[in-house]
Amino acid sequence: MMLITCPWCGPRAHVEFTYGGDATVARPAAPDAVTAEAWLDHVYLRDNPRGPHDEWWQHTSGCRSWIKVRRDTWTHRVHGSGPPEANLGGDEHR
Amino acid sequence: MRYSIFSLARNALSRHRRWPRAWRSPEPKPEYDVVIVGGGGHGLAAAYYLAKLHGITRVAVLEKGWLGGGNTGRNTTIVRSNYLLEPNAHFYEHSLKLWEGLAHDLNYNVMFSQRAVVNLTHTDAQIDASRRRGNAMRLNGIDAEWLSLGEVQAMIPLLDCSPNARFPINGGLVQRRGGTARHDAVAWGFARGADARGVDIIQNCEVTGIRRDGARVVGVETTRGYIGAKKVGIAVAGNSSRLAAMAGIRLPMESHVLQAAVTEPLKPAIHTVVTSGAAHVYISQTDKGEILMGGSLDFYNSYAQRGNLPALEHVIQGAISLFPFLSRLRLMRTWGGVMDMTMDGSPILGKLPVEGLYIDGGWCYGGFKATPGAGWCHAWTIANDEPHPLNAAFRLDRFHRGEILDEKGAGASPQAH
Ligand SMILES: Cc1cc2nc3c(=O)[nH]c(=O)nc-3n(C[C@H](O)[C@H](O)[C@H](O)COP(=O)(O)OP(=O)(O)OC[C@H]3O[C@@H](n4cnc5c(N)ncnc54)[C@H](O)[C@@H]3O)c2cc1C
Ligand SMILES: [Zn+2]
Repeated sequence: MMLITCPWCGPRAHVEFTYGGDATVARPAAPDAVTAEAWLDHVYLRDNPRGPHDEWWQHTSGCRSWIKVRRDTWTHRVHGSGPPEANLGGDEHR
Repeated sequence: MRYSIFSLARNALSRHRRWPRAWRSPEPKPEYDVVIVGGGGHGLAAAYYLAKLHGITRVAVLEKGWLGGGNTGRNTTIVRSNYLLEPNAHFYEHSLKLWEGLAHDLNYNVMFSQRAVVNLTHTDAQIDASRRRGNAMRLNGIDAEWLSLGEVQAMIPLLDCSPNARFPINGGLVQRRGGTARHDAVAWGFARGADARGVDIIQNCEVTGIRRDGARVVGVETTRGYIGAKKVGIAVAGNSSRLAAMAGIRLPMESHVLQAAVTEPLKPAIHTVVTSGAAHVYISQTDKGEILMGGSLDFYNSYAQRGNLPALEHVIQGAISLFPFLSRLRLMRTWGGVMDMTMDGSPILGKLPVEGLYIDGGWCYGGFKATPGAGWCHAWTIANDEPHPLNAAFRLDRFHRGEILDEKGAGASPQAH
């Protein structure tokens, strides 16, 4: 079991959360102005790193907030978490 | 040595101490015509078919661990070709046909057992979807048969078909030619066949970089030094993104962990493969007697080859809801494997945007059954530098061109397929 700290509810088992994927993927700011390549990048391509990964989790069985978690995909260790706007440090991913 | 009843008798007389090794362990040569990265079933099959069908024998298979130690040795071994979309149907049917002759072709018993795969239905909507899939399969020349609830019960006596079941069953779609195979034997059989045709199989050799000369691949960096290669084929299951990144390519996929488990062995009890989408579980009984169960992903990115208990508990709950007698068995082993989950649920098998670089990956839940077919197509693609019609639709640029192959209609999500 992984222990994820919700910034609003405290440390909780990961089964209380629903996974939302890579948090570094940002929707193009001006959707009408971007190229097909930028859409390809946004919709389909992922870095998929082995190591630290910033990701979205929703506390579905708790306060229902979306939070950001920095977790290692190789060891499953949770390095940190915070609200969606949090910068969890380290930029080896991206 | 050819394996036969005579070689078995001869070796029985010498108390099985004189069996020769099934393949060599050569030192890597400085250069090969083709280097295959990954010594799972897929990589070994590609090497085998390159040598056997295309006469390309200056080939090495580089494996970072041991043969079949990846997903080939970790999967639930279900083999079937019950797909809806045409490119998938034709490819998997080709693979199933190769399975049907594989033990003979390899002179190695892969224990392919066509014990039938039954997909249970629980709702009217599932019946509609199943019948549609069955009809599509038949139009593509693939066997499919609709089973009423009574027929399901007759075929699988221990299945709880009562109206009190957690997810009451109302029928099922069966592919009688589907079944299971012995996972390790598939890797070993292809390894032995490739080795006999001159392929160098090199274990404990991790590829750490892909060297290019401009737009062309020229070789690979490994933990055992640099190895030159005119062409490089990647078949590394859950590690495809990492290998592609060595060539500066990003792929439309994520790596996720999938778990499975076996119970203690018992007498023959479940004679077919039984799957239920609603209960998120697929079950069969191994030749050793264990009940083998798998289900869905853990649902978070992972390269760990192990998961967490909640996902496993969910699988076991689903299994017990179908077969209540399982609750009295002890669980013997659980494990996990890392899988390439693509954005449309279909594989990527073809050329990469670097000359001389090819990939066979993105198999999501279902690449074991693809093993002979994928190796066959990968070899064809490498030998001819263009995809075979059977894998043309699995091209990487389908995402760019909007030609995605979304069997489930689930949209762009690596977790949904
Ligand atoms: C629990 C589970 C259940 C499954 N159930 C089924 C099923 O019932 N039916 C089905 O059809 N499929 C199933 N699958 C999927 C199936 O196992 C895989 O798709 C298939 O085995 C992939 O074969 P492969 O040869 O490509 O991969 P692998 O056997 O994983 O081989 C890839 C090899 O590449 C090596 N490698 C990785 N990186 C490097 C590197 N840098 N250098 C050198 N070598 C490297 C690895 O060590 C590994 O041995 C399941 C998977 C899992 C995990
Ligand atoms: Zn919360």
